[in-house]
Amino acid sequence: MDQPELFPSTALSVSDLTRYLRQVFESDEVLRDVWVRGEISNFSRPSSGHIYFTLKDSGAALRAVIWKGNALRLRMALREGMSVEAHGAVTIYEPRGEYQIIVDALRLAGEGTLYQEFLRLKARLEAEGLFDPERKRPLPPVPHRIGIVTSPSGAALQDMLNTLRGRYPLAEVILAPATVQGDEAPSEIVAALKTLERQVPDVIIVARGGGSLEDLWAFNDERVVRAIAASSVPVVTGVGHETDFTLADFAADVRAPTPTGAAVIATPDVADIRVQLGVLMERLAGALGAVVDEQRALLETTRYRLQRASPLWQVQTNRQRLDDLSERARRALLTALTLDTAHFHALDGRLRSLDPLAVLGRGYAVVSDAAGKIVRSVKQVQPGESIDVHLADGSLDATVNRRVQRADND
Amino acid sequence: MAKKEKTPVEQLTYEQAYAELEDVVAVLEATPQSLDEATALFERGQALAKHCAELLDKAELRVRQLTTSEMDKPEEEAEEA
Repeated sequence: MDQPELFPSTALSVSDLTRYLRQVFESDEVLRDVWVRGEISNFSRPSSGHIYFTLKDSGAALRAVIWKGNALRLRMALREGMSVEAHGAVTIYEPRGEYQIIVDALRLAGEGTLYQEFLRLKARLEAEGLFDPERKRPLPPVPHRIGIVTSPSGAALQDMLNTLRGRYPLAEVILAPATVQGDEAPSEIVAALKTLERQVPDVIIVARGGGSLEDLWAFNDERVVRAIAASSVPVVTGVGHETDFTLADFAADVRAPTPTGAAVIATPDVADIRVQLGVLMERLAGALGAVVDEQRALLETTRYRLQRASPLWQVQTNRQRLDDLSERARRALLTALTLDTAHFHALDGRLRSLDPLAVLGRGYAVVSDAAGKIVRSVKQVQPGESIDVHLADGSLDATVNRRVQRADND
Repeated sequence: MAKKEKTPVEQLTYEQAYAELEDVVAVLEATPQSLDEATALFERGQALAKHCAELLDKAELRVRQLTTSEMDKPEEEAEEA
């Protein structure tokens, strides 16, 4: 036993040390984000939903855990002895002092290389411009004839046909069958595409259902990519699941996430078509209505003009005018009469004052000689002649006694 | 006025009938019509629309699978891994 040092180093607790180790692991760049290849052993999936197993190879073993959330999303069935590549972070499970990898993604071993190849191919074809956005053509809004390249026995085909029946049953579908996985798939897909192009469809759908990278590999085949890029008809791809991207998808004019999605993208919805038709029918009725209204208005104008030209109208108008005039005449007459009456009274007054009999009433006399001639001058009678003196109430038989001439009357 | 020979409505495909309906509506809306002309156009339009609606109701997706003889032969190149 060594002698204790004079200044002993502090002893860490087990927890402290373990925590320290954990921090070392969790801050290490490699350990935080690593792909590990090994064989699955000691596989267990208890009711908690988490998955526990050991990844091992000939030289070492690594404990692994997939938490329930990730476990549910796994698309692969895991079995003892499977050769896999697991992605995750290595850390320490402190209570047991064990290091383990927390796995968040899993793939079959060999898929790693497959993925590398995918990336290489993608880069090469992309450099050729096969995936350029400018090359992408718009889809026809109404496809009368739809071509489909897919497996005749897959669920993808049935899903697409059901979708098309619901959305756009007016279309004609031409199916060019092809195997969609395995070695024969690429050449069959290419042949199917070429055949279909000769049928001159409005759009071609290339589809297959979901699968692993290996299953979908035919759609990364260079021949298929080139055939799609060279197609004379716009191509919609619907390969795998939403998250699967194959090189065929990049070369297509439109990529759909799934086969059903491809059928949807390629077609208008018949419901929209019905609405369109309805709108057009409304416009038709509206347009006719407008013409009728216009004609009715024209009729009204003409009828009015007709009315104005009719004899009855003339009569009515003239009657009105007549009434107008008589009214004016009456008023004028009234005014005239009123004036005349005044005038008349004035004249009458004057006349009355000129009445000879009235003069007599004032004391003047009218003298007439024996012959009845009115005497106006003293020279007309001699003294001794008989004269009549007329007064207002009678006359006097008189004799002229003497004549007196007024001096200033000569 | 010379009138176009009009195909009987029943013989038209949906696309043809719909296209003609659009034309009819456009003419009816844009140009002044006599009541006779307008009525004639309207009746043609109605027949077209009715035909379209019937086609939509009765439409059944036609599916044809190409036979092996119609298909191109796949190229039989040996593919290198």
